[in-house]
Amino acid sequence: MKIAVLKFPGSNCDQDALHSLRDDLNIQAEYVWQDETSLIGFDGVFLPGGFSYGDYLRCGAMASRSPIMEEVRRFANEGRPVIGACNGFQVLCEAEILPGALLRNLHEKFICQDVFLRAETRRSPWTEGVQGTVRIPIAHGEGRYVASDDLLKRLEDKDQIAFRYVNASGEQSEASNVNGSVGAIAGVLNEKGNVLGLMPHPERATRARLGSIDGRSILRAFTLVAA
Amino acid sequence: MPRVRVIVTLKPSLLDSAGRTVADSLAKLGYAELSSARIGKVIDLEVSSFDEARVKEMCDKLLANPVIEDYHIEGVIE
Repeated sequence: MKIAVLKFPGSNCDQDALHSLRDDLNIQAEYVWQDETSLIGFDGVFLPGGFSYGDYLRCGAMASRSPIMEEVRRFANEGRPVIGACNGFQVLCEAEILPGALLRNLHEKFICQDVFLRAETRRSPWTEGVQGTVRIPIAHGEGRYVASDDLLKRLEDKDQIAFRYVNASGEQSEASNVNGSVGAIAGVLNEKGNVLGLMPHPERATRARLGSIDGRSILRAFTLVAA
Repeated sequence: MPRVRVIVTLKPSLLDSAGRTVADSLAKLGYAELSSARIGKVIDLEVSSFDEARVKEMCDKLLANPVIEDYHIEGVIE
């Protein structure tokens, strides 16, 4: 089993992702650049955070039109595990592999802190291992998830909401919804449940020295699906 | 070469946090008549010849995200 960690010009969490998978989860991982056209030999994809193409035009806009994204689309359709964290989430939304979009944080501040997340569904490999609330860092300026009322209803009906921002006790509050996302949504799934996009960084929470190992309960999905 | 101007704006239903910050600052400068400000993008494209259908395609493929934005092709500006 081997996971492709994508690299776009301006990605900056690619090394974190690679080492988190390799060193902390014992999962084989290799970089794949945006201009590659094949993911043959890989079993899953990690779209890392960063500022691909300088966040010019819109976060993730240019990266989502890269050649490799056609392969990511194929993986998504085939039911293989795909995760996009932070900028990777923005890329997946821009590619319309995931619904909705991410706008500037409600209070215009770049937020860099730990948050608590609650898994909202058990039907996806990305969430089935997540018990109670998990503590994972965020670091973003444009993470306010937006969706029309229709889309929001569809996400709820089809059980596509993966994570919400909560407080340490697992409850939603205005303060815990750090970036003002609609419904405090921190992560969403595609319809099949094999593609996850989230603003928090599970790859930054996979060893005790980093302050939390809760990210493992999310990333372990690679071992479930790709086995 | 003709220069074509495209204006991209955030959909009116969405909260523009940057625009809100600007509006707050203008209010502090004493412009009491102001109730809101919204920030969009102006994109000037230099093309060998203006074909509106082609520019529309550029907007649909990359320049605007239909989930959150509207666009308007102003046409040739110079």
